[in-house]
Amino acid sequence: MKTRHVVSILFVLALLLSACGGAQQAKTLKVAILAPLSGAVPTFGVSTRDGALMAIDEWNAKGGVLGMTIEAIVEDSQCSPDPAIAAANKVIDTDKVHYIVGEVCSSASIPISEITEAKGVVQISPTSTNANVTINADGTTKKFVFRACFIDPFQGAVGAAFAKKQGFATAFIMYDQSNDYVRGLAEAFEGTFTGLGGSIVGKEAYLAADTDFSTILAKVAEADPDVVYLPDYYNIVNLVTAQAKEKGIIAPFMGGDGWDSADLNKAAAAGGFFTGHYTPDDARPIVQAFVKAYGEKYKDDTGVAKVPDMLAALGYDATNLLLAAIEKAGADDATKVVAAMEALSYDAVSGTITFDAQHNPIKAAVVLQVQPDKIVWVDTVAP
Amino acid sequence: MQTNLGRAQPRTFSERMLRGRWIGKALLVALLAYAVWAIGRQAVQAPALFVEQVKNGLQLGFVYAMIALGYTMVYGIVRLINFAHGDVFMVGAFVSYFAISRVKLHMWLASLAPGLPEGLSLLVGTLTVIVLAMVTCAFLAVVIERVAYKPLRTAPRISALITAIGVSFFLEYFGALDFVFSPDFITYQRPFPVQVWYIKGGIHPLVPGTQAPAGSVLFSNIFIIIALSSIFLVILLNFIVRRTKVGRAMRAVAYDKPTARLMGINVDGIISITFAIGAALAGAGGVLYAIAFPSIVFWMGIIPGLKAFVAAVLGGIGSIPGAFLGAIIMGQAEALSSAYISTPMRDAIAFTILILVLLVRPTGILGEIEREKA
Repeated sequence: MKTRHVVSILFVLALLLSACGGAQQAKTLKVAILAPLSGAVPTFGVSTRDGALMAIDEWNAKGGVLGMTIEAIVEDSQCSPDPAIAAANKVIDTDKVHYIVGEVCSSASIPISEITEAKGVVQISPTSTNANVTINADGTTKKFVFRACFIDPFQGAVGAAFAKKQGFATAFIMYDQSNDYVRGLAEAFEGTFTGLGGSIVGKEAYLAADTDFSTILAKVAEADPDVVYLPDYYNIVNLVTAQAKEKGIIAPFMGGDGWDSADLNKAAAAGGFFTGHYTPDDARPIVQAFVKAYGEKYKDDTGVAKVPDMLAALGYDATNLLLAAIEKAGADDATKVVAAMEALSYDAVSGTITFDAQHNPIKAAVVLQVQPDKIVWVDTVAP
Repeated sequence: MQTNLGRAQPRTFSERMLRGRWIGKALLVALLAYAVWAIGRQAVQAPALFVEQVKNGLQLGFVYAMIALGYTMVYGIVRLINFAHGDVFMVGAFVSYFAISRVKLHMWLASLAPGLPEGLSLLVGTLTVIVLAMVTCAFLAVVIERVAYKPLRTAPRISALITAIGVSFFLEYFGALDFVFSPDFITYQRPFPVQVWYIKGGIHPLVPGTQAPAGSVLFSNIFIIIALSSIFLVILLNFIVRRTKVGRAMRAVAYDKPTARLMGINVDGIISITFAIGAALAGAGGVLYAIAFPSIVFWMGIIPGLKAFVAAVLGGIGSIPGAFLGAIIMGQAEALSSAYISTPMRDAIAFTILILVLLVRPTGILGEIEREKA
């Protein structure tokens, strides 16, 4: 009996201590950043994290949010479902965060969104463009999940509209059938392009680990399209465009924001177009201020200021949107923050953002062209 | 009364069918008939495209052959499936990447003798890069063999097999470290510019930025260098094994180690040489693969390694011509199923062929029944 008393006293003491600890920590607001720092697209993860951390530093320099200092918790979620679920459970259950910025890839953001929905944690994905990130299988909107980028059908549709505007009448689609993001863009492109009177002269699927695209490219050369739509990530784009040169394919390639990476092989992909969320060439003061601050904060291996890419801009925007909504809500309360976010109109680096009923932002898209040594802006398409 | 001497001979038709592995044979014949019908129908409509796809399959097959030979040689001599072989292939690709992009080794002749034609000096430079990768991989393989496999030569075979898997993971994740090869995809700089020719009533060079006329077959200098290097190295290997003293010693060690040792053969030395030659071929394969598919990453050896291993089994593991034949079949199976059936189904089709061939010939196409020996 005596031991039991001792145990219960200790238990009560422990409870009191943890309560005190909780009260002391109320001065900080924890925000988790889930990004693929390793895996298939580590450069995406690093840029996103750097953009998000810069936004947090700026808010902290201005005195934090609601009088609380913001503490960033960065986890590597590897652009893949299993590590993403593990990282989300870790930050929610162990670190007790109420707000998550992430993930980059749709294939990781969708499993995370199931956890955040169940546990009432606000999630804003900077760059996951698949429709299912913010909507459930039955078409209803996920209550706690937002995104800072436009969705796949929008990018595919912008790509198709731009292709028609360029005078391309026939298109060939190459897609990775195991990747939600790639399939989403390909389907939207196909629908809009045929709807605008263009014709799809071929459609070929490949697998994520493929390196030899020669058989598909031989079919592309045979079909002789005006444009090849390849909405995959830069590593696949590098392989495909380098091999296309050997097949004598001169039709330009087109893709989505997966192309936007410092590691894109510009010489091989030269002449290609991709849709995007942002360009550092944008003359708006907010963009130029962002580019300047980012370059001062982050340097590459040789000490030269880094130019923020699309991922960095969206990581920055997503974090700012979240913190602005928390401030507007006036309380560290997930439900109030969601309501504030739904009513928010925020002037962000990637355009003035408001949210639609499905928690997708309403803003303009840019079309960029790859040249042998640089990437240039060619058009902006408003929704 | 009838007396049976030895094994009973099957007498009726049904008995013969049951003994003759007829299920595998029937499936193989049916599959081949379907493939000929499915591919032939479309090939007749577009013969140039068919030739193009066969060429794509050959390019892949030649690279698989260079890896498969290493698997088959090592298996033939120490009965070890060297799972680290695919990663030696990866190391070969990375060695050539550093030689080309950092040291500009492919330019050495062009910078020493600027007067030479550019094509010749780049060809010599590329061959130098390939030789460097071969030597590095051979050295690496000898170190792996001495450190990880030799101490286990008398241990149960499963121990050496698991060690090989361990070495494979070690090479991959050591390579993935930031200061080694980095975990990123790296854009590979080809040591020579791509030149394309098309065949239509003669061979014409294709001007970059223009299209070949419809119905022509294209080939590039990349295909030529892969085909020639691969065929040359296979012939060289066959010559070494069949015609030289070292080759005779290899065959003796493969046949019977204790007796070979009694005959004065340095068995450990011969095993090291076998590992070195196999790894050198994989290293050359890695360079050619990276030239053909110019994006490299630390795990790039896994899938080609696996496919080449399958090719070696298909051809009959332990047999050098078998490995080459198996690799060519794998390359064609992949290219043609991707071209005429479905790309995502490609591997399923290639592996179905493997299963069916093994049902009919458990030792592979050119394989021999394993001899009972120490």
